[in-house]
Amino acid sequence: MSQASTFDVIVVGAGLAGLAAAYTMAREGLEVLVLERGEYPGSKNVTGGRLYLNPIRDMFPDLWAKAPLERHIAHEEVCLLDTEGAVTVRYDGAELGTQPYQSYSILRAKFDKWLGKQAERQGAMIVTKSRVDEVLFENGAVVGMRAGGEELRTNVVIAADGVLSFIAEKAGLREPFKAHDFAVGLKEIIELPRETLEARFNLQGDEGVARLYMGDVTKGKFGGGFLYTNKESISLGIVAGIEALNEAPSTIAASQMLEEFKLRPEVARLIAGGETAEYSAHVIPEGGLHAFGKFFGSGILVAGDAAGFSMNIGVTVRGMEYALASGYLAAQAVIRAKQKEDYSAAALSEYERLLKESFVMKDFENFKDSLHALENPRLFTYYPRLAGDVMRDLYEIPAGPKARIFPTIRKYFSVGELWGMGRDMWRLMKI
Amino acid sequence: MGHGPGYVEADEDMSNPLGLKAKLGLDVFKHDKEPHITIKAGMAGDQRLKKAIIVCPAGLYSENAQGEVELTIDGCLECGTCLLACGSEVLGWQYPNGGAGVQFRFG
Repeated sequence: MSQASTFDVIVVGAGLAGLAAAYTMAREGLEVLVLERGEYPGSKNVTGGRLYLNPIRDMFPDLWAKAPLERHIAHEEVCLLDTEGAVTVRYDGAELGTQPYQSYSILRAKFDKWLGKQAERQGAMIVTKSRVDEVLFENGAVVGMRAGGEELRTNVVIAADGVLSFIAEKAGLREPFKAHDFAVGLKEIIELPRETLEARFNLQGDEGVARLYMGDVTKGKFGGGFLYTNKESISLGIVAGIEALNEAPSTIAASQMLEEFKLRPEVARLIAGGETAEYSAHVIPEGGLHAFGKFFGSGILVAGDAAGFSMNIGVTVRGMEYALASGYLAAQAVIRAKQKEDYSAAALSEYERLLKESFVMKDFENFKDSLHALENPRLFTYYPRLAGDVMRDLYEIPAGPKARIFPTIRKYFSVGELWGMGRDMWRLMKI
Repeated sequence: MGHGPGYVEADEDMSNPLGLKAKLGLDVFKHDKEPHITIKAGMAGDQRLKKAIIVCPAGLYSENAQGEVELTIDGCLECGTCLLACGSEVLGWQYPNGGAGVQFRFG
């Protein structure tokens, strides 16, 4: 069955990029159709998660007051986990606890469902349980798609179909994947009563904490652990490089890595008495600038994870702001294309220009070498061990006399060690 | 929240694969009429597939007595890790049909 071009634009995927685009375009009066393969927006989406609002606040000024966010992150923690013992640094900056808050923990099934409603309220049409099977071309331009045996025609498509983006692949906009450019995140939602959670993490009201774990979590491999407090649950998980998982020294199944992480006494006490309510996993694009494909073609734009917009710079791992922003910018490009009735690649290149002007491409340009800098096994073994050793020597009071601190600590910082640290530092300075 | 039969407290025995099965049992899955991931014909013995045994968060890949890799699709979280690790030469990979597969309630 063929259908006339009743929609200005078809958005594939009701995630953050797709819904941000749909909301923005529908608000401007465009006829927008969103196709989502899940039962509802958010049903296929996973985050660690936390959303940083500052970069995207002004793109959606009317959304935040009522958005179903969990807790504002008022406490930032990093935990260096050695095989025995841990060193944790906690930062309680006044700005983290002051409105407007910088970041919030978030649950995607809740948030995306809500954002979908906002897009519908602006006039967008969301069709769920609809998987796109084919991209339709005419004279090299994307003119629609086939979903559930039905042909849907349109002027322009926004591929916001997530990290694997089969749409971008079918449209010839990206190279075959390299496992090296991707990580996998595994997460459990662990429910705890609100009072228990707030007492355990020393939280006042809607305050939340974010804690990143480095070191023994991933057995010396690239990756780490994370913990975010939600209103009445904890998001606990690990992220590991997909290629690194199969590399020596150890090959432990990813699922087992998460189980062992949960058994660490430092973690076990935080989730004690909690009940796991959901187990999820998702691939994360981490290749950055070096791994990007094309963002646009004739009749098509690519946004969010589909475009590879996610970034790991060690203490922060971000993707959702880039998804929301790229969806917004794709929408702007489509709105201008409609004004000119020109959906050619040349007209849609406006999207790339907008991306380059925005924080999105500026961030990816600035942090283009961060993944390489972080892929240093010493960050995941040597330094967590060193931090633990120094702390142990500082705090230990033996049965006999205690040795002077400086000579004790100095052994960790020989010329050879300092040389090694200098080299690591040099590498990290690229971040 | 209730647990199905066969539920094993994950931290009672961390090497027990039932722990993972029980965890997957907490998720909501909608039945699909066909498996959305398949090992391509003649590829079950391919070394690249072995990577999936380690990386699959749901532990759906295993090696049989003949050294071939087998896949059980039930419990698939649709993360895509196996496709990235093993490649499309050995795996036929598409998303489940619309409305089928895992439906995250938290995400």
